[in-house]
Amino acid sequence: MSGFAITGELLFFAALAGLAMLSAVGVVAFNNAVRSALCLVLNFFVLAAIYFTLNAEMMGITQVVVYTGAIMVLFLFVIMLLNIGAPQLLSDKKDPKTAVGMTLGMVMFTLVALQVLPGLMSKTQPGAPNDYGSPVNVGRALFTGFIIPFEAVSILLLIGIVGSILLAKRRF
Amino acid sequence: MSGVPLAAYLVLGLFMFMTGVVGVVIRRSPIVIFMCIELMLNAVNLTFLAFARYQFSPMVAGNSFREGQSAMAGQMMVIFVMAVAAAEVAVGLGIIMAIFRLRENIDIDEMNLLKG
Repeated sequence: MSGFAITGELLFFAALAGLAMLSAVGVVAFNNAVRSALCLVLNFFVLAAIYFTLNAEMMGITQVVVYTGAIMVLFLFVIMLLNIGAPQLLSDKKDPKTAVGMTLGMVMFTLVALQVLPGLMSKTQPGAPNDYGSPVNVGRALFTGFIIPFEAVSILLLIGIVGSILLAKRRF
Repeated sequence: MSGVPLAAYLVLGLFMFMTGVVGVVIRRSPIVIFMCIELMLNAVNLTFLAFARYQFSPMVAGNSFREGQSAMAGQMMVIFVMAVAAAEVAVGLGIIMAIFRLRENIDIDEMNLLKG
């Protein structure tokens, strides 16, 4: 596909994508767990912005509330509780695992990209209606066609709550 | 956004997923490994939403899934992935806390209780 016009939208997406990639690498590269967690927060915020560019407003809001609001607070809370700060860093030894992991990642990236992308290069225009991600439409779909998986997920969350309380209370 | 091809979103999702895979392989702190798993889940969410927005389905003709419903199905999957991720994090961090109380050390290379 050689005929891509460099539009403002493309540049905006490129900036967001670059920021997301940088923060994703930061999660893995930083030796300090708190810095990794803050990189992950940044990554989730940028992803929420990317969801907005996809017109999925409800998903963007949910991303901010659930991931950065609940999950990352839980992560930071556990990091502080366990006191994994700079003094007792797990110094990652220079073992062959690092090189093997990087090679594995690059090989998998190339293989999956070569398999998946060629058939999708022609798709440049969105097909869904512009308001497909509005809270009204998402809520209507969730409570009509997808009500049974919705209830199943609620049971799963209940089991998760009970399990985490049990794990936290038990004395070993 | 109409000027961005679908492949751009997929490349970003693929890159984030592979970063998560590499992180799970090379890091030794279980909390960072958990964060990398979250990274992978988010990459998959991005891919779901990109496909939902661009409506790429090669078998639309004769498909029982109607046009409007296929845009919704991707978002529903994202909601369920988020819920499962929340449950997984709550239980997983509880397990890490329990292990930490047991042995005061959370190097994942030294967790070999199940080795037999």
